[in-house]
Amino acid sequence: MRRSLATLLVALAICAGMNLFLAQFIEEYVVQVINMVGVSIILAVSLNVINGLTGQFSLGHAGFMAIGAYVSAFFTTDLSYFNPDTAEYVTDPALVSSVWGYLGALIAGGVAAAVAGVLVGIPTLRLKGDYLAIATLGFGEIVRILITNFEKVGGANGLSGVPQFQIVLSGEGKDALALDGTFFIFSFVIICVLLSAQLQRSTFGRALIAVRENELAAEVMGIPTVRMKIFAFVYGAFFAGIAGGLFAHLLQTVTPASFTFMKSVEVVVMLVLGGLGSMTGAIVGAIVLTVLPEALRDVEQEADLPGIRMVVYSLVLILLMIFRPQGIFGQRELSLRLLRRLVPGRRISGDETPKPSEDRKGTEL
Amino acid sequence: MADTILELDDINVYYGAIHALKGISLKVEQGEVVTLIGTNGAGKTTTLATICGLMRSKTGTLKYAGQDISKCATHRLVCDGLVMAPEGRGIFPNLTVGENMRIGAYACKDKVAIEKNLAHGYEVFPRLAERKRQKGGTLSGGEQQMLAIARSLMSQPKLLLLDEPSLGLAPLIVKTIFETIDRVNKDGVTILLVEQNANIALKHSDRAYVIESGEIAIEGKSADLLIDPRVKAAYLGES
Repeated sequence: MRRSLATLLVALAICAGMNLFLAQFIEEYVVQVINMVGVSIILAVSLNVINGLTGQFSLGHAGFMAIGAYVSAFFTTDLSYFNPDTAEYVTDPALVSSVWGYLGALIAGGVAAAVAGVLVGIPTLRLKGDYLAIATLGFGEIVRILITNFEKVGGANGLSGVPQFQIVLSGEGKDALALDGTFFIFSFVIICVLLSAQLQRSTFGRALIAVRENELAAEVMGIPTVRMKIFAFVYGAFFAGIAGGLFAHLLQTVTPASFTFMKSVEVVVMLVLGGLGSMTGAIVGAIVLTVLPEALRDVEQEADLPGIRMVVYSLVLILLMIFRPQGIFGQRELSLRLLRRLVPGRRISGDETPKPSEDRKGTEL
Repeated sequence: MADTILELDDINVYYGAIHALKGISLKVEQGEVVTLIGTNGAGKTTTLATICGLMRSKTGTLKYAGQDISKCATHRLVCDGLVMAPEGRGIFPNLTVGENMRIGAYACKDKVAIEKNLAHGYEVFPRLAERKRQKGGTLSGGEQQMLAIARSLMSQPKLLLLDEPSLGLAPLIVKTIFETIDRVNKDGVTILLVEQNANIALKHSDRAYVIESGEIAIEGKSADLLIDPRVKAAYLGES
């Protein structure tokens, strides 16, 4: 426990350093792409717990993300909307304006998404495979359509003027040394990744995998399979909600159009590209599929071929699926052992020794 | 007289409109090996599924260790020592042998007991100890069956339900599996065994029930059934 805490603190310090470095030396557009990569990583890693580990094919991640985005923005943004009774526009001032308030709003978004996860999970988890995918897809669409018709949060136009928050370290105004979006996003990336890695290695995580591999056998081994599946949904939904909140405050505007079915598919593609069931794969998939379209934008301009971006993007995916259908990592994780295996001519010696730490971690979660 | 560990009385199970079990009644005494034999579709697997709560009976009583378990969730029964090794072995192919074993102890929270059971499991099945780090899916059929049995023993069952342990295995391997079953029984685990291979099942059990299209057709001591002309004709391939 103490070690995990130390790891977390070191990681947060690195986030802070990275934030200051990027803000100082890297152009804003690139920083924006890096921030988007962070959001994608949270989405992919959390979806991996549902789709990869537990094997429940969900296409509703955009729905959870939308809930998180709107709930957190609801707290932090001045809401202006048309009041039909008095026939005039009214503005409700933001409920929170401090950094702590922002964090609270993010968590609230995550919790709201998690609650939605339970509500969706209970009726739909009787379904398997394709049917579950269709039901979760339906859920995502329902969320989006509800939001579109909810005037208080802007309806189809969405919500604009979502504020950005920062922690000012020193100085004032434009030259201030401050931690901003990058720090918040990557702190949550670190929390999500560390927690998911811990989960995956724990006995509880193995039980999730057991549900994926053979649900009947898992049940007769004493694993409460329904509860496990709901847990996976709640966990995934919570972090999708957080990612949604970060996304809203990064772009400073949220519209229902950001959370279409395509957004869910995009996250699934990240997983499949990296290797379904591998957290390393999810991270790599998220990075590649967020950076690639942006990188290709430059190619497009230079070659003067508008639209070629999506062609190349699709081609990369098709080629990968032909030559490596299991994804870049398969189900493997990037670990010291994998690295050692990549070095030719070396036998893995420590292979037989059991890792006692793995089992101890099991009960902590 | 030993205690009755499992008692089914007038169990009726339906798959939609299909009446799969028509008033099954049977008993398993503490320490016995009881086998349930019958052809494909006779209702053997359904009987096991009903016992461990995967299927529900419309009527009758289902008692385990004197308690009514007809409404218990499957995963709860594991904590009470009623464990099934499902048909087709049901191992987790992408987990290692060791991880598979530990999943078997999921219901057990006692760390010391888990380690002890694990050591004992590897002692009974040295083959699995050799393959600890190997993925479950890479084992041979016989090894997978051993893993399935070893894994179900991890939760220290009192009653072990085995569904077709001989399925798809070479005769020599089947022999080893049944020797293992004998040994597990000697260690004090009561066993209810479902088999199509009537010959070997009868030789390795105390009592037997023959199930035919959802009903118990014949019951008796296994040794008697081995020479029963009806059983011989229908299940042992002799006339």
